[in-house]
Amino acid sequence: MRLKAFAMGGIAAIALIAATGAGLAADAVKVGVVIPLTGGFQSNGRQISAALKTFVATHGETAGGKQVEFIVKDDASTPDNALRLAQELVTKDHVSVLAGFGNTPTALSVAQLSKRARVPQVVMVAATSAIMDASPYMLRTSWTIPQMANIIGEWAAKNGTKKFVTIVSDYGPGADAEVWFKKALEANGGTVTAQLKVPLANPDFAPFLQRAADEKPEALFVFVPTGAGAAFMKQFVERGLDKSGIKVIAAADVTDDDLVNNMGDPAIGVITGGPYSASHDSPENKAFVEAFKKENDGMRPNMVAVAAYDALDLIYKTLDKTGGDATGDVFVEAAKGMKLDSPRGPISIDPETRDIVQNIYMRKVERVNGELYNTEFETIEAVKDPAHAAK
Amino acid sequence: MLTLLFDGVAYGMLLFVLSCGLAVTLGLMNFINLAHGAFAMAGGYVTVILTNRFGVPFLATLPIAFIATALVGALLERLLYKPMYDRSPLDQVLFSIGLVFMAVAGVDYLMGSQQQILALPEFLKGRVEIAGVGIGIYRAFLIVVCGILAIVLQLINSRTRFGSQLRASVDNRRVARGVGIRVNTVFAVTFAVGSGLAGLGGALGAEILGLDPTFPLKFMVYFLIVVSVGGTASMYGALAASILLGLADVLGKYYVPSIGGFVIYIVLVAVLVLKPQGLFARAN
Repeated sequence: MRLKAFAMGGIAAIALIAATGAGLAADAVKVGVVIPLTGGFQSNGRQISAALKTFVATHGETAGGKQVEFIVKDDASTPDNALRLAQELVTKDHVSVLAGFGNTPTALSVAQLSKRARVPQVVMVAATSAIMDASPYMLRTSWTIPQMANIIGEWAAKNGTKKFVTIVSDYGPGADAEVWFKKALEANGGTVTAQLKVPLANPDFAPFLQRAADEKPEALFVFVPTGAGAAFMKQFVERGLDKSGIKVIAAADVTDDDLVNNMGDPAIGVITGGPYSASHDSPENKAFVEAFKKENDGMRPNMVAVAAYDALDLIYKTLDKTGGDATGDVFVEAAKGMKLDSPRGPISIDPETRDIVQNIYMRKVERVNGELYNTEFETIEAVKDPAHAAK
Repeated sequence: MLTLLFDGVAYGMLLFVLSCGLAVTLGLMNFINLAHGAFAMAGGYVTVILTNRFGVPFLATLPIAFIATALVGALLERLLYKPMYDRSPLDQVLFSIGLVFMAVAGVDYLMGSQQQILALPEFLKGRVEIAGVGIGIYRAFLIVVCGILAIVLQLINSRTRFGSQLRASVDNRRVARGVGIRVNTVFAVTFAVGSGLAGLGGALGAEILGLDPTFPLKFMVYFLIVVSVGGTASMYGALAASILLGLADVLGKYYVPSIGGFVIYIVLVAVLVLKPQGLFARAN
């Protein structure tokens, strides 16, 4: 995968040189894509570059009457690299739009640049609420942790599951999830009897699960990074908790489409809340999943892929609207309030916060045609980020 | 409560298999091999690939993981490690941490950065109740396997001819050579066995600790803690230290989850303040 991604970057670079040489540069809009193709968030980078490939294959390379060129850079998941690369892209390559950002620190580090250089920054993954305040030129097409956690808490309490133990990984997004879940649950008459924080680097959940079981809750709320989700579910079943009647209700990351099929039987029945499932039933999604698999050797898109795809769609549609003008103020003004028919359902850009408004789906892991999928069973429409709405 | 103790012992046993190889190379051969975790990771990947892709039974992959990593260890010992034996500790540390980064990047490239998920056979899954104590079958299996290993290793080290040759080579290389011990061979075999044990540990641990390319970095600290707490005099030192740390870790996380991750460091500091040479120091 990485070779291909690098090759793609190389091709983009060569295309760029060729274009400049031919004097076409004035007619081209350049988009710098800064993503983690290596390092801890590599799987995000992998999904984004696959989505980019799919998008270009299905939508071509022109928008608003101009040629669109993508320059892909690998930030190795670290914020200082992201900033350096973004600076180079803006000053040397003269890109008009920055996109990508596989985690919160990289998005934040580039925000200052976006603000001062007035370059639109389209965030494809980073899910912390507060980053939108860092630059008035930032737009987001992914999701926020409170957006998911809040809905999950509300849904659980309304559906009669009230007594919870929360288990979250001990880092920023984990803390966010814990706080917003608890808030929504308690507002609807539920209680959290214990809040457990699991160290990020240690995936042995044994003591935490034992503690959770001894609290005898009706369900566990879980937020752990994608990889750890599989280990969690295995140990949950190994401990016999699945037979004790304790349910698992989690954020979408735990049963990510990238991994859920390998998680096997322990994952079946897990309820999650999230913005996208590869099995979402709509013609847009069927076409998307098919094109995605065709372009990427049968790889299954996950919610990162769809967020990246929508970010590119947003860039194209906005350029169509402005007639190819990608100056910061014009571009962001045009993007505000933009409505898109995403593979995940209808989404829009909130004109006030520049953040995404989307449906959150409650899903359940089921075996469909021999493969595990998150099957959607309830839709909560047009959800805004509650952290911003509260201000 | 008893279930917790049981979990703690199982976790400790796992730590023991993972780090006893390091106790051998660091404690007996005085070589600081930070790349130890890379061998553990190699063993883990051997097992995961064989069981998941080729359908080899899990139990059969364990000896394969041991042998494969031991062979890699032997090869690297000949090519890379041997010239480093007489270098300063700083050189050894820099050299072996370099190997770690290469291993991390290499595995990342070949296998991808995602967590590998091991498919255990049915008879090792689930749990049984014995006198009201819930016992995970896989964890019980770990305790048995690791317990036997610990005893065998200690017997080899203290009772066999090879064990005494090894101890002689370590104490005084020149004299050992003088009395006809082939020191280089002894070291090569020891290093290979140490790597093999790491590989076995990685294979056994993939289920509980998870397996991804950053494994060697994530667990390096744990290995080093076991060796420094246990001292390097005998296998029992490493075993006792592993179980102590396993218990402290599990109980800490259960009773004080807010500082759970730190408990083993507190134990480390406490032990080193009281006994700077570790719990079972070599009598000098």
